[in-house]
Amino acid sequence: MKFVANQHADDTLDLVCRMCPLHLLEPGEKLACLKKGQVLEVLTDYDGALEDIPAWCEKCGQEFLGIEEDEDCYKLYIKKKK
Amino acid sequence: MEQVYLDHASATPVRKAVLEAMLPYFGERFANPSTVYDMGSKVKQAMEEQREKVAGLIGAKGKEIIFTSSGAEANNLAIKGVALAHRKKGNHIIISSIEHHSVLNAARFFERMDYEVTFLPVDAFGMVNPEQLREAIRKETVLVSVMHANNEIGTIEPIPEISAVCKEKGVLLHTDAVATVGNIAVNVDDLGVDLLTLSGVSFGAPKGTGALYFRGGLRLMPLIQGGIQESGRRGGTENIPGIIGLGKAAELAVEELPANMKHARELRDRIISGIRKRVEQVKLTGHPENRLPGHASFCVAAIEGEALIFMLSREGIYANTGSACASKALKTSPVLVAIGTEAALAQGSIVFTLAPNNNADEISYLLEKFPPVVERLRAMSPIWKEQTAA
Repeated sequence: MKFVANQHADDTLDLVCRMCPLHLLEPGEKLACLKKGQVLEVLTDYDGALEDIPAWCEKCGQEFLGIEEDEDCYKLYIKKKK
Repeated sequence: MEQVYLDHASATPVRKAVLEAMLPYFGERFANPSTVYDMGSKVKQAMEEQREKVAGLIGAKGKEIIFTSSGAEANNLAIKGVALAHRKKGNHIIISSIEHHSVLNAARFFERMDYEVTFLPVDAFGMVNPEQLREAIRKETVLVSVMHANNEIGTIEPIPEISAVCKEKGVLLHTDAVATVGNIAVNVDDLGVDLLTLSGVSFGAPKGTGALYFRGGLRLMPLIQGGIQESGRRGGTENIPGIIGLGKAAELAVEELPANMKHARELRDRIISGIRKRVEQVKLTGHPENRLPGHASFCVAAIEGEALIFMLSREGIYANTGSACASKALKTSPVLVAIGTEAALAQGSIVFTLAPNNNADEISYLLEKFPPVVERLRAMSPIWKEQTAA
Protein backbone atom coordinates (compact mmCIF):
# COMPACT_ATOMS: atom_id res chain seq x y z
CA MET A 1 0.00 0.00 0.00
CA LYS A 2 1.42 3.34 -1.05
CA PHE A 3 0.60 6.32 1.21
CA VAL A 4 0.83 10.03 0.38
CA ALA A 5 0.26 13.21 2.37
CA ASN A 6 -0.95 16.64 1.23
CA GLN A 7 -1.17 15.46 -2.36
CA HIS A 8 -2.29 18.18 -4.77
CA ALA A 9 -5.34 17.30 -6.89
CA ASP A 10 -6.88 19.07 -9.88
CA ASP A 11 -10.34 17.58 -9.35
CA THR A 12 -12.23 15.47 -6.80
CA LEU A 13 -14.67 12.60 -7.26
CA ASP A 14 -16.76 11.92 -4.15
CA LEU A 15 -17.88 8.28 -4.06
CA VAL A 16 -18.61 8.12 -0.32
CA CYS A 17 -21.82 6.12 0.29
CA ARG A 18 -21.89 4.98 -3.35
CA MET A 19 -22.06 1.26 -3.97
CA CYS A 20 -19.49 -1.04 -5.56
CA PRO A 21 -18.57 -1.11 -8.45
CA LEU A 22 -19.04 2.66 -8.96
CA HIS A 23 -15.40 3.17 -7.87
CA LEU A 24 -14.38 1.33 -11.04
CA LEU A 25 -16.75 3.16 -13.37
CA GLU A 26 -16.68 6.83 -12.44
CA PRO A 27 -12.91 7.51 -12.21
CA GLY A 28 -12.58 6.72 -15.94
CA GLU A 29 -15.37 9.17 -16.82
CA LYS A 30 -13.87 11.87 -14.61
CA LEU A 31 -10.33 11.35 -15.92
CA ALA A 32 -11.64 11.80 -19.45
CA CYS A 33 -12.39 15.44 -18.51
CA LEU A 34 -8.85 16.07 -17.20
CA LYS A 35 -5.64 16.84 -19.12
CA LYS A 36 -2.61 14.54 -19.21
CA GLY A 37 -0.54 15.02 -16.06
CA GLN A 38 -3.47 16.27 -13.96
CA VAL A 39 -4.38 14.49 -10.71
CA LEU A 40 -7.77 13.14 -9.69
CA GLU A 41 -8.66 12.68 -6.02
CA VAL A 42 -11.19 9.87 -5.37
CA LEU A 43 -13.00 9.87 -2.03
CA THR A 44 -14.47 6.54 -0.94
CA ASP A 45 -15.54 4.68 2.19
CA TYR A 46 -15.35 1.30 0.43
CA ASP A 47 -12.40 -0.80 1.64
CA GLY A 48 -12.34 -2.84 -1.57
CA ALA A 49 -11.33 0.29 -3.49
CA LEU A 50 -7.92 0.22 -1.83
CA GLU A 51 -7.00 -2.81 -3.92
CA ASP A 52 -9.33 -2.26 -6.86
CA ILE A 53 -8.27 1.26 -7.82
CA PRO A 54 -4.48 0.62 -8.01
CA ALA A 55 -5.23 -2.52 -10.05
CA TRP A 56 -7.61 -0.57 -12.29
CA CYS A 57 -4.93 2.13 -12.85
CA GLU A 58 -2.42 -0.49 -13.91
CA LYS A 59 -4.88 -2.11 -16.28
CA CYS A 60 -5.97 1.21 -17.81
CA GLY A 61 -2.50 2.76 -18.06
CA GLN A 62 -3.05 5.46 -15.43
CA GLU A 63 -0.62 6.22 -12.59
CA PHE A 64 -1.72 5.46 -9.06
CA LEU A 65 -0.03 7.99 -6.75
CA GLY A 66 -1.17 6.69 -3.38
CA ILE A 67 -3.69 6.76 -0.55
CA GLU A 68 -4.34 9.14 2.30
CA GLU A 69 -6.64 8.11 5.14
CA ASP A 70 -9.06 10.84 6.18
CA GLU A 71 -11.40 10.98 9.18
CA ASP A 72 -14.43 9.55 7.36
CA CYS A 73 -13.09 8.21 4.06
CA TYR A 74 -10.06 7.21 2.01
CA LYS A 75 -8.51 9.58 -0.52
CA LEU A 76 -6.96 7.90 -3.53
CA TYR A 77 -4.89 9.84 -6.07
CA ILE A 78 -4.66 9.03 -9.77
CA LYS A 79 -2.44 10.87 -12.26
CA LYS A 80 -3.76 10.92 -15.80
CA LYS A 81 -1.21 9.38 -18.14
CA LYS A 82 -3.26 8.97 -21.29
CA MET B 1 -74.15 11.80 -12.40
CA GLU B 2 -72.33 8.49 -12.36
CA GLN B 3 -69.10 9.26 -10.56
CA VAL B 4 -67.49 12.40 -9.17
CA TYR B 5 -63.97 11.62 -8.03
CA LEU B 6 -62.61 14.26 -5.65
CA ASP B 7 -59.81 12.33 -3.93
CA HIS B 8 -56.85 13.07 -6.19
CA ALA B 9 -54.47 13.40 -3.23
CA SER B 10 -54.90 9.63 -2.80
CA ALA B 11 -54.44 8.76 -6.47
CA THR B 12 -54.82 10.31 -9.89
CA PRO B 13 -55.88 8.34 -12.96
CA VAL B 14 -53.04 7.42 -15.31
CA ARG B 15 -53.36 9.70 -18.32
CA LYS B 16 -53.92 8.16 -21.76
CA ALA B 17 -50.73 9.69 -23.21
CA VAL B 18 -48.79 8.39 -20.20
CA LEU B 19 -50.11 4.86 -20.62
CA GLU B 20 -49.38 4.92 -24.35
CA ALA B 21 -45.80 6.03 -23.71
CA MET B 22 -45.36 3.18 -21.22
CA LEU B 23 -46.78 0.31 -23.27
CA PRO B 24 -43.74 -0.43 -25.51
CA TYR B 25 -41.65 -0.89 -22.36
CA PHE B 26 -43.87 -3.78 -21.28
CA GLY B 27 -43.34 -5.28 -24.73
CA GLU B 28 -40.49 -5.11 -27.22
CA ARG B 29 -38.42 -2.60 -25.19
CA PHE B 30 -38.12 -4.91 -22.19
CA ALA B 31 -34.32 -5.11 -21.95
CA ASN B 32 -32.43 -4.37 -18.75
CA PRO B 33 -30.96 -0.82 -18.89
CA SER B 34 -27.75 -1.95 -17.17
CA THR B 35 -26.77 -4.30 -20.00
CA VAL B 36 -24.04 -3.29 -22.46
CA TYR B 37 -25.70 -4.37 -25.71
CA ASP B 38 -27.79 -1.94 -27.75
CA MET B 39 -31.19 -3.30 -26.68
CA GLY B 40 -30.31 -2.37 -23.11
CA SER B 41 -28.51 0.87 -23.87
CA LYS B 42 -31.54 2.17 -25.81
CA VAL B 43 -33.69 1.55 -22.72
CA LYS B 44 -31.04 3.24 -20.59
CA GLN B 45 -31.10 6.24 -22.92
CA ALA B 46 -34.91 6.45 -22.68
CA MET B 47 -34.64 6.29 -18.88
CA GLU B 48 -32.08 9.12 -18.82
CA GLU B 49 -34.38 11.24 -21.01
CA GLN B 50 -37.14 10.81 -18.40
CA ARG B 51 -34.69 11.81 -15.67
CA GLU B 52 -34.15 15.11 -17.49
CA LYS B 53 -37.91 15.62 -17.84
CA VAL B 54 -38.54 14.97 -14.14
CA ALA B 55 -35.63 17.26 -13.25
CA GLY B 56 -37.07 19.91 -15.59
CA LEU B 57 -40.36 19.88 -13.71
CA ILE B 58 -38.60 21.09 -10.54
CA GLY B 59 -35.73 23.14 -11.99
CA ALA B 60 -33.07 20.53 -11.21
CA LYS B 61 -30.42 18.66 -13.18
CA GLY B 62 -30.96 15.06 -14.30
CA LYS B 63 -28.02 13.78 -12.26
CA GLU B 64 -29.71 15.13 -9.13
CA ILE B 65 -32.71 12.76 -9.50
CA ILE B 66 -32.95 9.26 -8.01
CA PHE B 67 -35.95 7.25 -9.19
CA THR B 68 -37.78 5.47 -6.38
CA SER B 69 -40.84 3.23 -6.01
CA SER B 70 -42.94 5.93 -4.32
CA GLY B 71 -42.96 9.18 -2.40
CA ALA B 72 -42.72 7.12 0.79
CA GLU B 73 -39.46 5.51 -0.37
CA ALA B 74 -38.06 8.89 -1.39
CA ASN B 75 -38.96 10.32 2.03
CA ASN B 76 -37.28 7.36 3.74
CA LEU B 77 -34.20 7.75 1.56
CA ALA B 78 -33.98 11.45 2.39
CA ILE B 79 -34.32 11.02 6.17
CA LYS B 80 -32.35 7.79 6.61
CA GLY B 81 -29.86 8.48 3.83
CA VAL B 82 -28.85 11.85 5.25
CA ALA B 83 -28.97 10.86 8.92
CA LEU B 84 -26.73 7.83 8.32
CA ALA B 85 -24.31 9.49 5.90
CA HIS B 86 -23.87 12.54 8.15
CA ARG B 87 -23.81 10.74 11.51
CA LYS B 88 -20.37 12.12 12.35
CA LYS B 89 -21.75 15.66 12.14
CA GLY B 90 -24.55 14.96 14.61
CA ASN B 91 -27.57 12.95 15.71
CA HIS B 92 -30.42 15.44 15.73
CA ILE B 93 -33.28 15.60 13.21
CA ILE B 94 -36.05 18.21 13.10
CA ILE B 95 -39.39 17.56 11.37
CA SER B 96 -42.71 19.37 11.52
CA SER B 97 -45.48 17.76 13.55
CA ILE B 98 -47.75 17.46 10.48
CA GLU B 99 -45.49 15.39 8.23
CA HIS B 100 -46.70 12.38 6.27
CA HIS B 101 -46.24 9.03 8.02
CA SER B 102 -43.29 8.17 5.76
CA VAL B 103 -41.36 11.13 7.21
CA LEU B 104 -42.78 10.85 10.72
CA ASN B 105 -42.05 7.14 11.08
CA ALA B 106 -38.65 7.35 9.35
CA ALA B 107 -37.68 9.96 11.97
CA ARG B 108 -39.16 7.85 14.79
CA PHE B 109 -37.02 4.94 13.55
CA PHE B 110 -33.97 6.98 14.58
CA GLU B 111 -35.42 7.68 18.02
CA ARG B 112 -34.89 3.96 18.71
CA MET B 113 -31.21 4.47 17.92
CA ASP B 114 -28.95 7.13 19.40
CA TYR B 115 -30.61 10.03 17.58
CA GLU B 116 -32.93 12.74 18.88
CA VAL B 117 -35.92 14.07 16.97
CA THR B 118 -37.63 17.42 17.48
CA PHE B 119 -41.21 17.73 16.27
CA LEU B 120 -41.87 21.37 15.37
CA PRO B 121 -45.29 22.72 16.28
CA VAL B 122 -47.49 24.48 13.73
CA ASP B 123 -50.03 27.30 14.11
CA ALA B 124 -53.82 27.03 13.70
CA PHE B 125 -53.41 27.06 9.90
CA GLY B 126 -50.70 24.40 9.97
CA MET B 127 -47.84 26.81 9.27
CA VAL B 128 -44.34 26.19 10.63
CA ASN B 129 -42.76 29.27 12.20
CA PRO B 130 -39.18 29.74 10.88
CA GLU B 131 -38.19 31.47 14.13
CA GLN B 132 -39.23 28.43 16.14
CA LEU B 133 -37.13 26.34 13.78
CA ARG B 134 -34.14 28.63 14.41
CA GLU B 135 -34.50 28.03 18.16
CA ALA B 136 -34.76 24.26 17.67
CA ILE B 137 -31.57 23.89 15.59
CA ARG B 138 -28.53 22.67 17.54
CA LYS B 139 -24.94 22.07 16.54
CA GLU B 140 -25.78 18.33 16.26
CA THR B 141 -28.69 18.94 13.84
CA VAL B 142 -28.09 17.16 10.54
CA LEU B 143 -31.44 17.54 8.81
CA VAL B 144 -34.66 19.55 8.84
CA SER B 145 -37.69 18.15 7.02
CA VAL B 146 -40.78 20.28 6.44
CA MET B 147 -43.36 19.33 3.84
CA HIS B 148 -44.03 21.74 0.98
CA ALA B 149 -47.80 21.44 1.37
CA ASN B 150 -49.91 19.34 3.68
CA ASN B 151 -52.09 16.73 2.00
CA GLU B 152 -54.82 16.88 4.66
CA ILE B 153 -55.31 20.61 5.11
CA GLY B 154 -53.74 22.01 1.93
CA THR B 155 -51.53 24.58 3.65
CA ILE B 156 -48.39 25.57 1.76
CA GLU B 157 -45.42 25.96 4.09
CA PRO B 158 -43.01 28.94 3.96
CA ILE B 159 -40.14 26.80 2.59
CA PRO B 160 -37.96 29.71 1.29
CA GLU B 161 -38.03 31.32 4.76
CA ILE B 162 -37.31 27.95 6.39
CA SER B 163 -34.47 27.44 3.91
CA ALA B 164 -32.94 30.81 4.87
CA VAL B 165 -32.76 29.68 8.51
CA CYS B 166 -31.26 26.29 7.54
CA LYS B 167 -28.64 27.94 5.31
CA GLU B 168 -27.70 30.39 8.05
CA LYS B 169 -27.25 27.48 10.47
CA GLY B 170 -25.58 25.16 7.97
CA VAL B 171 -28.23 22.44 8.16
CA LEU B 172 -29.60 20.39 5.26
CA LEU B 173 -33.28 20.88 4.35
CA HIS B 174 -35.62 18.26 2.89
CA THR B 175 -39.16 18.91 1.73
CA ASP B 176 -41.85 16.35 0.96
CA ALA B 177 -43.40 17.88 -2.16
CA VAL B 178 -45.73 14.99 -3.03
CA ALA B 179 -48.75 17.28 -2.70
CA THR B 180 -47.26 20.07 -4.82
CA VAL B 181 -45.09 18.74 -7.67
CA GLY B 182 -47.26 18.52 -10.77
CA ASN B 183 -49.96 20.64 -9.12
CA ILE B 184 -48.20 23.97 -8.56
CA ALA B 185 -44.94 25.44 -9.85
CA VAL B 186 -42.03 24.00 -7.88
CA ASN B 187 -38.40 25.04 -8.30
CA VAL B 188 -35.72 23.62 -6.02
CA ASP B 189 -33.57 26.75 -6.28
CA ASP B 190 -36.45 29.09 -5.45
CA LEU B 191 -37.38 26.89 -2.49
CA GLY B 192 -33.73 26.58 -1.44
CA VAL B 193 -34.00 22.90 -0.54
CA ASP B 194 -31.25 20.26 -0.55
CA LEU B 195 -33.62 17.32 -0.99
CA LEU B 196 -37.15 17.08 -2.36
CA THR B 197 -39.58 14.17 -2.64
CA LEU B 198 -42.08 13.83 -5.48
CA SER B 199 -44.59 11.14 -6.41
CA GLY B 200 -46.00 10.27 -9.82
CA VAL B 201 -49.36 9.26 -8.38
CA SER B 202 -50.05 12.96 -7.68
CA PHE B 203 -50.00 14.01 -11.33
CA GLY B 204 -51.17 11.31 -13.71
CA ALA B 205 -48.28 8.83 -13.57
CA PRO B 206 -48.82 5.27 -12.34
CA LYS B 207 -48.54 4.10 -8.75
CA GLY B 208 -45.12 2.76 -7.88
CA THR B 209 -43.33 5.83 -9.22
CA GLY B 210 -41.50 8.53 -7.33
CA ALA B 211 -38.22 10.35 -7.15
CA LEU B 212 -35.88 12.05 -4.76
CA TYR B 213 -34.07 15.23 -5.77
CA PHE B 214 -30.76 15.67 -3.96
CA ARG B 215 -28.54 18.69 -4.50
CA GLY B 216 -25.42 17.73 -6.48
CA GLY B 217 -22.62 16.27 -4.40
CA LEU B 218 -24.73 15.54 -1.33
CA ARG B 219 -23.77 12.31 0.42
CA LEU B 220 -26.68 9.92 0.85
CA MET B 221 -26.55 6.40 2.31
CA PRO B 222 -28.50 3.99 0.06
CA LEU B 223 -31.51 2.19 1.54
CA ILE B 224 -31.39 -0.66 -0.96
CA GLN B 225 -27.94 -2.15 -1.40
CA GLY B 226 -27.28 -3.27 -4.94
CA GLY B 227 -25.05 -2.40 -7.84
CA ILE B 228 -24.66 0.35 -10.39
CA GLN B 229 -28.34 1.28 -10.70
CA GLU B 230 -29.16 4.92 -9.98
CA SER B 231 -25.41 5.66 -9.95
CA GLY B 232 -24.85 3.33 -7.01
CA ARG B 233 -27.46 5.06 -4.83
CA ARG B 234 -30.37 2.60 -5.13
CA GLY B 235 -30.03 -1.05 -6.01
CA GLY B 236 -32.53 -3.02 -8.08
CA THR B 237 -33.40 -3.08 -11.77
CA GLU B 238 -35.29 0.09 -12.51
CA ASN B 239 -39.08 0.13 -13.03
CA ILE B 240 -38.68 1.23 -16.64
CA PRO B 241 -42.38 1.39 -17.68
CA GLY B 242 -43.12 3.39 -14.51
CA ILE B 243 -40.19 5.73 -15.10
CA ILE B 244 -41.32 6.31 -18.70
CA GLY B 245 -44.80 7.13 -17.34
CA LEU B 246 -43.37 9.47 -14.71
CA GLY B 247 -41.34 11.30 -17.35
CA LYS B 248 -44.31 11.68 -19.68
CA ALA B 249 -46.53 12.94 -16.85
CA ALA B 250 -43.79 15.44 -15.88
CA GLU B 251 -43.57 16.67 -19.47
CA LEU B 252 -47.35 17.19 -19.62
CA ALA B 253 -47.39 18.90 -16.22
CA VAL B 254 -44.79 21.45 -17.36
CA GLU B 255 -46.95 22.31 -20.40
CA GLU B 256 -50.29 22.43 -18.63
CA LEU B 257 -49.51 23.72 -15.13
CA PRO B 258 -50.65 27.37 -15.40
CA ALA B 259 -54.04 26.49 -16.93
CA ASN B 260 -54.54 23.57 -14.54
CA MET B 261 -53.82 25.72 -11.48
CA LYS B 262 -56.32 28.37 -12.57
CA HIS B 263 -58.98 25.72 -13.25
CA ALA B 264 -58.40 23.96 -9.92
CA ARG B 265 -58.48 27.25 -7.99
CA GLU B 266 -61.84 28.22 -9.51
CA LEU B 267 -63.39 24.86 -8.63
CA ARG B 268 -61.86 24.87 -5.15
CA ASP B 269 -63.20 28.33 -4.38
CA ARG B 270 -66.68 27.23 -5.51
CA ILE B 271 -66.51 24.25 -3.15
CA ILE B 272 -65.33 26.36 -0.22
CA SER B 273 -67.87 29.16 -0.65
CA GLY B 274 -70.66 26.76 -1.66
CA ILE B 275 -70.29 24.48 1.35
CA ARG B 276 -69.88 27.33 3.81
CA LYS B 277 -73.02 28.96 2.41
CA ARG B 278 -75.14 25.81 2.42
CA VAL B 279 -74.11 24.05 5.63
CA GLU B 280 -73.93 25.58 9.09
CA GLN B 281 -71.15 24.82 11.57
CA VAL B 282 -68.53 23.85 9.04
CA LYS B 283 -64.94 24.90 9.57
CA LEU B 284 -62.43 25.27 6.72
CA THR B 285 -59.19 23.59 7.80
CA GLY B 286 -55.77 24.83 6.70
CA HIS B 287 -54.76 28.24 5.47
CA PRO B 288 -57.56 30.28 3.84
CA GLU B 289 -55.30 31.77 1.11
CA ASN B 290 -51.92 30.08 1.20
CA ARG B 291 -53.24 26.67 0.21
CA LEU B 292 -53.09 24.24 -2.70
CA PRO B 293 -55.25 25.39 -5.64
CA GLY B 294 -57.06 22.04 -5.85
CA HIS B 295 -57.61 21.44 -2.13
CA ALA B 296 -60.70 22.09 0.00
CA SER B 297 -60.84 20.59 3.49
CA PHE B 298 -63.36 20.99 6.28
CA CYS B 299 -64.45 19.76 9.66
CA VAL B 300 -68.21 19.30 9.82
CA ALA B 301 -69.59 19.56 13.37
CA ALA B 302 -71.43 16.69 15.05
CA ILE B 303 -70.87 13.97 12.45
CA GLU B 304 -68.26 11.33 11.67
CA GLY B 305 -66.12 11.90 8.58
CA GLU B 306 -66.21 8.19 7.71
CA ALA B 307 -70.02 8.19 7.69
CA LEU B 308 -70.00 11.29 5.52
CA ILE B 309 -67.60 9.66 3.05
CA PHE B 310 -69.75 6.54 2.94
CA MET B 311 -72.98 8.46 2.36
CA LEU B 312 -71.38 10.62 -0.33
CA SER B 313 -70.03 7.53 -2.08
CA ARG B 314 -73.62 6.25 -2.33
CA GLU B 315 -74.33 9.40 -4.34
CA GLY B 316 -71.30 8.66 -6.53
CA ILE B 317 -69.06 11.26 -4.86
CA TYR B 318 -65.62 10.10 -3.73
CA ALA B 319 -63.69 12.13 -1.16
CA ASN B 320 -61.55 11.36 1.89
CA THR B 321 -61.39 12.07 5.59
CA GLY B 322 -57.69 12.86 5.57
CA SER B 323 -54.64 11.10 4.24
CA ALA B 324 -55.33 7.83 2.43
CA CYS B 325 -52.83 6.09 4.72
CA ALA B 326 -54.49 7.21 7.97
CA SER B 327 -58.17 7.30 7.08
CA LYS B 328 -58.74 3.61 7.88
CA ALA B 329 -57.13 3.87 11.34
CA LEU B 330 -60.24 5.48 12.90
CA LYS B 331 -57.89 7.65 14.91
CA THR B 332 -58.09 11.43 15.20
CA SER B 333 -55.83 12.90 12.56
CA PRO B 334 -52.49 14.00 14.07
CA VAL B 335 -52.55 16.92 11.64
CA LEU B 336 -55.90 18.18 12.94
CA VAL B 337 -54.66 17.69 16.51
CA ALA B 338 -51.48 19.66 15.69
CA ILE B 339 -53.50 22.64 14.41
CA GLY B 340 -55.53 22.63 17.63
CA THR B 341 -58.82 21.26 16.30
CA GLU B 342 -61.16 20.21 19.11
CA ALA B 343 -61.29 16.37 19.24
CA ALA B 344 -65.05 16.11 18.57
CA LEU B 345 -64.89 18.48 15.60
CA ALA B 346 -61.85 16.66 14.16
CA GLN B 347 -64.05 13.53 13.77
CA GLY B 348 -65.98 15.30 11.04
CA SER B 349 -63.02 15.81 8.73
CA ILE B 350 -63.55 15.75 4.97
CA VAL B 351 -61.05 16.51 2.22
CA PHE B 352 -61.78 17.23 -1.46
CA THR B 353 -58.80 17.22 -3.82
CA LEU B 354 -59.24 18.21 -7.46
CA ALA B 355 -57.53 17.45 -10.75
CA PRO B 356 -57.74 18.99 -14.23
CA ASN B 357 -60.37 16.47 -15.31
CA ASN B 358 -62.90 17.74 -12.75
CA ASN B 359 -65.46 20.20 -14.07
CA ALA B 360 -68.02 22.77 -12.91
CA ASP B 361 -70.96 20.37 -13.30
CA GLU B 362 -69.33 17.95 -10.88
CA ILE B 363 -68.94 20.71 -8.30
CA SER B 364 -72.60 21.71 -8.75
CA TYR B 365 -73.54 18.08 -8.17
CA LEU B 366 -71.41 17.96 -5.00
CA LEU B 367 -72.97 21.18 -3.71
CA GLU B 368 -76.44 19.78 -4.40
CA LYS B 369 -75.81 16.44 -2.63
CA PHE B 370 -73.59 17.53 0.26
CA PRO B 371 -76.13 19.50 2.40
CA PRO B 372 -78.85 16.80 2.52
CA VAL B 373 -76.24 14.13 3.36
CA VAL B 374 -75.00 16.24 6.27
CA GLU B 375 -78.58 16.89 7.33
CA ARG B 376 -79.41 13.16 7.35
CA LEU B 377 -76.33 12.33 9.42
CA ARG B 378 -76.98 15.14 11.86
CA ALA B 379 -80.56 13.92 12.30
CA MET B 380 -79.03 10.70 13.67
CA SER B 381 -76.38 12.47 15.74
CA PRO B 382 -76.89 12.73 19.51
CA ILE B 383 -74.21 15.45 19.61
CA TRP B 384 -76.11 17.53 17.08
CA LYS B 385 -79.34 17.08 19.03
CA GLU B 386 -77.60 18.27 22.22
CA GLN B 387 -76.09 21.25 20.43
CA THR B 388 -79.32 22.35 18.78
CA ALA B 389 -81.30 21.88 22.03
CA ALA B 390 -78.75 24.04 23.86
